[in-house]
Amino acid sequence: MDAVLGQVHGLVAWALSLANDYDVPSLIEAGVFFLFAGLALLFACGVVFFRNVVHSALSLTATFICVACLYLSIGAEFMGAVQILVYGGAVAVLIVMAIMLTRRDDMGHSNPSRGLIHHVMAAGVTGLFLLGMAAVAIFSPFRSAAQPLGDAAPGLADLMLTHYVLPFEVIAVLLLIAMIGAIVLAKGADER
Amino acid sequence: MMNFMEFMQLATHVGLHHFLLLSAILFSIGLFGLLTKKGLIPLLMCVELMLNAVNINLVAFNQYMPVPDYSGQLMAIFSVAVAASEIAVGVALTFRIYRDRGTVNVDELKELKG
Repeated sequence: MDAVLGQVHGLVAWALSLANDYDVPSLIEAGVFFLFAGLALLFACGVVFFRNVVHSALSLTATFICVACLYLSIGAEFMGAVQILVYGGAVAVLIVMAIMLTRRDDMGHSNPSRGLIHHVMAAGVTGLFLLGMAAVAIFSPFRSAAQPLGDAAPGLADLMLTHYVLPFEVIAVLLLIAMIGAIVLAKGADER
Repeated sequence: MMNFMEFMQLATHVGLHHFLLLSAILFSIGLFGLLTKKGLIPLLMCVELMLNAVNINLVAFNQYMPVPDYSGQLMAIFSVAVAASEIAVGVALTFRIYRDRGTVNVDELKELKG
């Protein structure tokens, strides 16, 4: 009973502190974060649990866009733009194309899952993993100290063309190889 | 036990921990889907979810840790490029498998099973 009263007292004190010395920018930041984080998690659950694979693809795109909004909200504008262009655009279109090309008769059951025993085992594995990761995340010694770094795009361009120029070239070659490989796979090497 | 007021004050000051937790949950959802789905395309979508969770970590560390430059975001951009090539090859493979075998159900693709 005392514990409950203590919690109620804490709630009232928090509400009063909000009314007294409320920190509006911090609260707005928290609201934006929880809105988009909640939406992203909801849509991510939709990817896994929708029965129609087209709904899953739509849900996946919505998750990507929510994550892009989160990037924008912490000041990573360039990453937000890349996220919308590459994930919300290209990857979403590729997945929808793949669904279209491998369509079944009945779209209502086009996203089949395994049986109950698989779900229980998967939930166990995932729960253990999540517990470990959450413990690491909560008890990590890092204290957040946001600092102004200036404009992101020029800084990224400088890094990309000086210190990280070799990975940049390797990524370019990788994209080319992936493109050729995808064309060969989809077309068939034996066909003329 | 933590007081409610302290907890709310911690929770409403968005920092690195929020993003680490979010990305852990997002990664776990992707992992759960990867372990329970049967179709090849849903598996690819779950892999994309997991890659996205990792990108959130990279960007959040870059924004909230006292680092001198944008290395973290650059790593995230490289990761996006690798994810894009992965999805392109994955979709091409899916299409090929569907044309050759007439199915995209991973349980029916067991030619290599011992």
